[in-house]
Amino acid sequence: MSNSIQVESPLHHAQLEQLIGQSSAGGIVLHEHKLLGHLNLRGNAADAEFLAGVKEALGVALPITPCSSAKSDLAQIMWLAPDEWLIIVASGSEVEIEQKLRTYLTGHFAVSDISGAQTLLELSGKDVIGLMKKSTGYDLHLDSFPVGKVVGTTFAKTGAHILRVSEDRFQLIVRRSFSDYVWLWIQHGSQEYGLTIV
Amino acid sequence: MLLIHCPYCEEMREEEEFSPAGQAHIVRPLQPEEISDEQWAHYLFFRKNPRGLHHEMWLHAAGCRKYFNATRNTVTYEIMETYKMGLKPSVTASEEGQS
Repeated sequence: MSNSIQVESPLHHAQLEQLIGQSSAGGIVLHEHKLLGHLNLRGNAADAEFLAGVKEALGVALPITPCSSAKSDLAQIMWLAPDEWLIIVASGSEVEIEQKLRTYLTGHFAVSDISGAQTLLELSGKDVIGLMKKSTGYDLHLDSFPVGKVVGTTFAKTGAHILRVSEDRFQLIVRRSFSDYVWLWIQHGSQEYGLTIV
Repeated sequence: MLLIHCPYCEEMREEEEFSPAGQAHIVRPLQPEEISDEQWAHYLFFRKNPRGLHHEMWLHAAGCRKYFNATRNTVTYEIMETYKMGLKPSVTASEEGQS
């Protein structure tokens, strides 16, 4: 019996890899950014030392405006709450970046590796707005949901954080335990447009 | 569906994202061991149930997961204001002319 541990994404059972290339005409395009590093950072946004430490560690200033996001070569940071951020880093680099944050940060803060708790799904395609409108009550007009904004809201009645990457591209952070439900919902909701897995 | 203003996300959100969390501004007795059982029971279990203006807590459960306060009219369901934890309401019953 092998002692090696195989890491599996929450959607491992859906075997998305085998669905790649099966359909190319879909109005909805889905891609799972699986096994990325997810770090949850908590701290006081009014503390200048805390902000400076994060900037030093990640190469980009912490987004402290509500519902904003920031990106560097190292990490994508999303605002979750006035004292809470989600840091998405490349697969496998989460331990190194967590240690880096601990090196640069002092005082009252918390960093938790929550990579196993959630997954990142990316929806795009010409009909993606149609699917999003079915799934969330949030106003998707560019005036209320501009590119780069991240909102914690409901997606198909479950909780999700939604980041608008571009006008017709959204990233969804969903709970591990709800990822299968969201996958089924996306399949169902895409029926009228066609679904392409990439 | 109501739109509720979250003072932390600083925008209006769908009611679906929130859950009510009961009466606001309940102060825990500083010396619990020095008060009577009746006073303790009042602190723990007795809540206002007004007809009209009510200050209550709400949780932005699907969003920033923060608790905040709201002043709501229990008859019309109108939410007059929402404000952060630790702040005082600007709309109160005496200003509204209600008891």
